[in-house]
Amino acid sequence: MADKHKHVDDISGVETTGHEWDGIRELNNPMPRWWVYTFYATIIWAVGYAIAYPSWPMLTEATKGVLGYSSRAEVSAELADAKAVQAGNAERIASSPIEDIMADPELKQFAISAGASAFKVNCAPCHGSGAAGGKGFPNLNDNDWLWGGNPKEIYQTIAHGIRYDGDEETRVSEMPVFADMLTPDEMRATAAYVLSLTAMPSNPALVEPGKQLFADNCASCHGADAKGSRELGAPNLADAIWLKGEGEQAITDQMRSPKHGVMPGWVKRVGDPVVKDLAIFVHSLGGGE
Amino acid sequence: MHYQPAQKAGSMERLEARPISAARVGRPLYEKRRKIFPKRAEGRFRRFKWLVMLVTLSIYYLTPWIRWDRSTHAPDQAVLVDLAARRFYFFFIEIWPQEFFFVAGLLVMAGFGLFLVTSAVGRAWCGYACPQTVWVDLFLVVERFIEGDRLARMRLDAGSWTFDKVCKRVAKHAIWLVIGVATGGAWIFYFADAPTLMKSFVALEAEPVAYMTVATLTATTYIFGGHMREQVCTYMCPWPRIQAAMLDENSLVVTYNDWRGEQRARHAKRAAALGEVVGDCVDCNACVAVCPMGIDIRDGQQLECITCALCIDACDGVMDKLGRERGLISYATLRDYSANMALATNNGAIPINPRRVRDGNGVFVQGIRVFDWRIIFRRRVILYFGIWALVGLGMLYALVSRDRLELNVLHDRNPQYVVESDGSVRNGYVIKLLNMIPEPRRITLSLDGMPSARVRIAGQAPGDGQSFSVAVDPDKVTSFKIFVTLPKESLVEAQSGFSFRAEDPSSHERDVYRTNFIQPGTAK
Repeated sequence: MADKHKHVDDISGVETTGHEWDGIRELNNPMPRWWVYTFYATIIWAVGYAIAYPSWPMLTEATKGVLGYSSRAEVSAELADAKAVQAGNAERIASSPIEDIMADPELKQFAISAGASAFKVNCAPCHGSGAAGGKGFPNLNDNDWLWGGNPKEIYQTIAHGIRYDGDEETRVSEMPVFADMLTPDEMRATAAYVLSLTAMPSNPALVEPGKQLFADNCASCHGADAKGSRELGAPNLADAIWLKGEGEQAITDQMRSPKHGVMPGWVKRVGDPVVKDLAIFVHSLGGGE
Repeated sequence: MHYQPAQKAGSMERLEARPISAARVGRPLYEKRRKIFPKRAEGRFRRFKWLVMLVTLSIYYLTPWIRWDRSTHAPDQAVLVDLAARRFYFFFIEIWPQEFFFVAGLLVMAGFGLFLVTSAVGRAWCGYACPQTVWVDLFLVVERFIEGDRLARMRLDAGSWTFDKVCKRVAKHAIWLVIGVATGGAWIFYFADAPTLMKSFVALEAEPVAYMTVATLTATTYIFGGHMREQVCTYMCPWPRIQAAMLDENSLVVTYNDWRGEQRARHAKRAAALGEVVGDCVDCNACVAVCPMGIDIRDGQQLECITCALCIDACDGVMDKLGRERGLISYATLRDYSANMALATNNGAIPINPRRVRDGNGVFVQGIRVFDWRIIFRRRVILYFGIWALVGLGMLYALVSRDRLELNVLHDRNPQYVVESDGSVRNGYVIKLLNMIPEPRRITLSLDGMPSARVRIAGQAPGDGQSFSVAVDPDKVTSFKIFVTLPKESLVEAQSGFSFRAEDPSSHERDVYRTNFIQPGTAK
């Protein structure tokens, strides 16, 4: 029980706190002086800190602090620094033709990095973060190019888009609707012929009639050898890549009621240098020509 | 040596020295520290300590200035921790970040080295080689040079603040600070080219971190070496606790041989004439006066004792003057000590009787145990040495057999594979070639285990080869992307694993990296 009188421990000669539990008393040893002073110093430091830096939450905002520090300003400064470092390369990309950028390894690498980041923001929703595309959305890694795969052609496609209403220079091509021109059997035969070109399973009896139908109806755009036309954006039908799906059903569907993807033109949205970056990045994915 | 009756025992100066630091003294826990004024000691251990101090300080201050030709890729410095370039240079050895296990191995060796030394010869690290010991010693040299030895310093400290005292104190602290700056300064030279850094440091153009490091080390050197001294060992340092656990009854410790020294008598002759039993200790307190830890070794084994052996030197000096045999305070094992104690006390049956350990002429009797150096070759010492040597040999083997050409391959994950228009399948890989020698090389990279595949570097025209050669810069990581294409006809194989092989055609050094080829059927 608490004892109001001072009690000094016999053995150590140290004053006790006055508390006693079953005859055991607690010695009242003071803190080491340096420790106490350090504690006071932290209090003074805390007060100074609270004055110097933003700290007290008010109703709508916090106190500003006399040093005028803010983490937002610090981030802006860091961003400005980073932009300044990049400025030289960015300006050269803006002012150089795409061939010159491709010829300069350092500038090309800078453009690829910038393009990779712009791709993630603008292109990944349709083409995927790895640019692997999907059904109806071209895979940009492969070497099959509807409109051409060299940097200039890729630039043109990205800048003005495909079948994009918002740009007069956009590329336009449409596959005619064959639902009224060909019977379902004729369409199946045509599909059988197209499938036979890539050694895919097809009805052998239909290949020969399909060949004639192809020559009459399809060759004008896709070419007599079915290898497509880049002027028209007509896909190569003799290769292993099928944008709208493989197999007879997918091919006849495309003849009956063709689907056409739309790619927006980007030059008005992101500007010419970014389109250059993107073109060089896409070219670097491995399928560029 | 035969015991000679003391001729001038009465003329021995007795010092008014009291132990002030030992737990045994029983000071209150939070009492202000009492200053210790260690007296200058002379003798063989003191000479050995001077030598150790000279060697260790020379190594520390001079090592960064040793030059070593590293051509153009790194500063010409023999010992350099290049944090910016992530390289560590030690004479002809160059360590890359992934070889940091060498440093871990050195730390393991340092640990076992400490175990080894401690179990063999006690706390030798504390007494001789510890930086705290060395720098405190150095600071004491300065202190003695300016303020004089023990008594003069005590008088000066107790005296009022005269002009003379102020001058001496300012001079002392100034020199201490200069030593502190030199110590901090030497440290930063390990992390950059020393002459360049020296110039920029003096011109106030060095990195802020250099000044901060020097400031911090100056402060710690000055505070620890000048002001805290023995308190660092007693209160801050964990080593004494670890080392105390390493000691056993066969380890060397600094021991007061009270079986020989007791009963201590200030006036030994007079006491002996009165027929009292007297030992060799004349209670001159020389051992207490020289102790930098402020303890009295005659109180027995103490946590505070760093085994610097200065008390041995002091006591041996007194014994020489008295014409008695040295070794009243000596390095001894506790086993020897106990055996002698048993002899002197008839296995504890009587109080210490020095007559039981030597005859009237002072010759020690048969059965007295003296230190046998063979005791240090015992099982645990051999075991520690074995482990220590094993780690060392393992590292040595790793060092001479390590690769200086390394290949790392990162398989593209998005997309995992690409089908090309002709139906072939392409996989992308990022190759990292580590050329860990300071010469440029041409490395041949080839495919192993996939004969129909073709490889090409991204951005270059498709080749039809299975290999290509690439130039790699000296002492650099060269990174580039490659594509491996497998023709459609080969896809039917259940293809999965294959290897990349990097090889230096001139030295035949090579590295192989096993990886996978993913195709539509195998992709998960």
